[in-house]
Amino acid sequence: MKNEISSVPSSTPLAAAVPATGTGSAAEFSLDRRSFLRLSAVTGGGFMLGFSFLKSGGTAFADEVGPASPGEFVPNNYIRITPDGGVTIFSTRPEIGQGIKTSLPMLIAEELDVDWKSVKVVDAKIDQTSGNPNPGAVGGSNSTPQSFNQMRQLGAGARAVLVEAAAQTWGVPAAECTTASGAVLHAASGRKLTYGGLVAKAATLTAPRNAPLKDPKDFKIVGTRISGVDNPALVTGKPLFGIDVKVPGMVYAVYEKNPVFGGGEVISANVDEVKMLPGVKDAFIVPATNGVPAGVAILAESTWSAFSARAKLKVVWNEGSRANDNWTDMKQQALALGAQAAAGDGDAFLAAAKTAEATYSFPYISHANLEPQNCTVSVKDGMVEIWSPTQNPGSAQQFASRATGINNVKVHVMRSGGGFGRRYTAETAGEAALLSQKAGVPVRIQWSREDDLHHDLYRPAGFNFLKGGVDTAGKLIAWRDMSVGFGGGGGGGRGGGAQVSPVGGGNAVFGAVAPAAGRGGGFGGGAFPAPFVPSFSSRSGGTVSSGIPTGPWRAPGDCTSAWVVQSFLDELAHLAGRDPLEFKLELLGGRQTAYSQRMTPVVKLAAEKIGWGKNLPRGQGQGLAFHTCMSGYVAHAVEVTVTKDGNLTVDRVVAAVDVGSTIVNLSGAENQVEGAIVDGISTLRFPELDIKKGRIAEDNFDQYVLAFMPDAPRKVDVHFIKSANNPTGLGEPPFPSVAPAVCNAIFAATGIRVRELPLSRTSLKWT
Amino acid sequence: MKYTLNVNGRTETVDAAPDTPMLWVLRDKLNYIGVKYGCGVDICGACTVHVDGESMRSCQIPVSEAGSKKIVTIEGLSPTGDHPLQKAWCDMDVAQCGYCQGGQIMTAAALLKRTPKPTDAEIDKTMADNLCRCGTYTRIRAAIHQAADAMAAAK
Repeated sequence: MKNEISSVPSSTPLAAAVPATGTGSAAEFSLDRRSFLRLSAVTGGGFMLGFSFLKSGGTAFADEVGPASPGEFVPNNYIRITPDGGVTIFSTRPEIGQGIKTSLPMLIAEELDVDWKSVKVVDAKIDQTSGNPNPGAVGGSNSTPQSFNQMRQLGAGARAVLVEAAAQTWGVPAAECTTASGAVLHAASGRKLTYGGLVAKAATLTAPRNAPLKDPKDFKIVGTRISGVDNPALVTGKPLFGIDVKVPGMVYAVYEKNPVFGGGEVISANVDEVKMLPGVKDAFIVPATNGVPAGVAILAESTWSAFSARAKLKVVWNEGSRANDNWTDMKQQALALGAQAAAGDGDAFLAAAKTAEATYSFPYISHANLEPQNCTVSVKDGMVEIWSPTQNPGSAQQFASRATGINNVKVHVMRSGGGFGRRYTAETAGEAALLSQKAGVPVRIQWSREDDLHHDLYRPAGFNFLKGGVDTAGKLIAWRDMSVGFGGGGGGGRGGGAQVSPVGGGNAVFGAVAPAAGRGGGFGGGAFPAPFVPSFSSRSGGTVSSGIPTGPWRAPGDCTSAWVVQSFLDELAHLAGRDPLEFKLELLGGRQTAYSQRMTPVVKLAAEKIGWGKNLPRGQGQGLAFHTCMSGYVAHAVEVTVTKDGNLTVDRVVAAVDVGSTIVNLSGAENQVEGAIVDGISTLRFPELDIKKGRIAEDNFDQYVLAFMPDAPRKVDVHFIKSANNPTGLGEPPFPSVAPAVCNAIFAATGIRVRELPLSRTSLKWT
Repeated sequence: MKYTLNVNGRTETVDAAPDTPMLWVLRDKLNYIGVKYGCGVDICGACTVHVDGESMRSCQIPVSEAGSKKIVTIEGLSPTGDHPLQKAWCDMDVAQCGYCQGGQIMTAAALLKRTPKPTDAEIDKTMADNLCRCGTYTRIRAAIHQAADAMAAAK
């Protein structure tokens, strides 16, 4: 997802004001307040206030902190300090479970040199109409690399002003002053002033351009375990999420869309009958309108009224040309294309002493955020106000603006009940905005679970037709990949084939992701293992026509290619009769590249920590896999037990992770890795989508299966290698190598190789 | 239809269709939004509440059947949000997105009432029907043990 971030046009204002990290220019930007566009803010306390209002009968989220009072020190739009020493830090990045609302404020607090317990973190509101910037989307694990130095600089600049205020008060050089725990100290005279006591003086000063940053060895907050700032609200059921939003006069809406991908308009619907049902305020047919697909809207006084009425809705659709598409046929077409795989091999395998061929395949899957997609929009007096649980406020803004023709748009970013790439595209904002404009009241659109599965931007499906060869010494000398994908459904997911559908089309206009060159389901373009194999080829075997729209799914492309590459690599190690770890390390050692230099220690650490090479009885096995994406280098080592009747238990998972020099929040970072392991096991084992009559066949979690607690590993260990690289994100890198590590362990335990996802399609029975 | 309900120790009167699941009565009518919608079909557990002390799925209880049963939501689990499970969840930083965690805590609270010192296997068995899409199961297990220990120590 790295590439598409810059294609989001609305993510620029703040980026323009503050240099990105890694450019070497961070020290040059000014903390002059005017150089920032204004941010207004909402508070956690405001949420609670809003909650108490709601309890007494419903009102808007009371989310404005309001302007700073004259007594406060506001060095920049991210920090406020009150005379009693209280520090408010504003969070601007959408929180989707990646912990960014805690980790970025930690960086500010660290450089500001205050105690974490004195800090209150509140959400900033995004309002481009009044100049408040969109801070950018969260995707591609981009927040940490983009914001690491920026956040530190904000804290350091504010600290420098407070030091200067104390120095002037005392009439001593600022260089003689130090800070600790929210106070400035002058050691020579034994004097001390708290930040709270300095706010009046500080408010008259301007922050310096090049405030010094701490030496990382002096970090007191960064690198520790800090509990998420929303945890107290989460465990007591306070309103935080998009689905929790209520605004005065709001109606509850559902929007039935064409179940057939690529289908057209409503031909007829019994809206007159539906309108008369209890609790229904209105029901009407909506033609496809400026990014909002055709549908039938039902507006009601409660969610249940809307859901109940929808159960009685009968719609006749123009189902378009894809109403007979089905997954069984699509797979057969992919396999037929695969028959040509050997045709392009030429002499590649002539020198091989042994060769192996294998076909790997993976289905379409859904993101299945536990909070179904929803959005609240009020269109009033030529203005659009949005409350969206989104990874990408710019997407919400654009969908709503396009649907209504109104450019005056305000976005409140709500906490998301899961992101995983799904909420990079906020088409619900367009739907809700259009309905609000038509109905003249605020509308919360609520997708059902069924809607969420039927109208996702799916992870692409794909097939890989592989051949590998080893020489008499057991070295890997040749590798061919031919990938076949499925395209044409719009969106912009990647990973299904070399010819992934082009950007645009469908309903993913603003969240669309351009497939990177050479990055379909294939893995050429310099990615592992290409540079390490003397004869390597990766090519497209074509694309099967598909109407299924795709989008970014946690580690797009990587989430499937790592499984293919690392599984087949393991096959070739066994083909060569070699220990898989030794075989893989030899391969990595064959060339000194930036990749091999970072990956080799990660692989070695994972192997060491699992105790690689244990003599295990049949039915138990160890497996290893590694992958890099979004600048993170990760290896997983796994121990599994498979009973004779084929029941799998993942006993233990070790993760070795290099995401650069600094782990910001150790608790949050470990949580991301632990969660990615469970997600990796879940996605490997259970979920798949079937396509029948041009639509998704699965309706709910009884058919679209995910891992529950008994499927989680018995034991998880996370180890970070702190390398001399810029700190980078953790939302995605710890995911891709989980599945192949488990599959490699299954092979070691049973001799059964899993070549089709999900794993539930392969019997693991052994004798 | 008008119904008189007992929610978090308060008497509430609501007007709703008889088949309205308590999930939506609690969320839309009474603003107990800590009760979450995930599937609506008794699978994910995000809507778990206590009914007369037992954990149940509020999506499966029509308002017409709630009667005078004592319903407790995550908002009512403890008056000040300091139930040992709530504290353990914060201490261990369990949540990622956090959407399922109210339901997880309600299921765990009913477990600890029945089984004050559960084993891993007992935890897995009881928690087996609460979905966490972010995959925080290992931390949930650990937090339940920590809360059980804290409750034992407080006795």
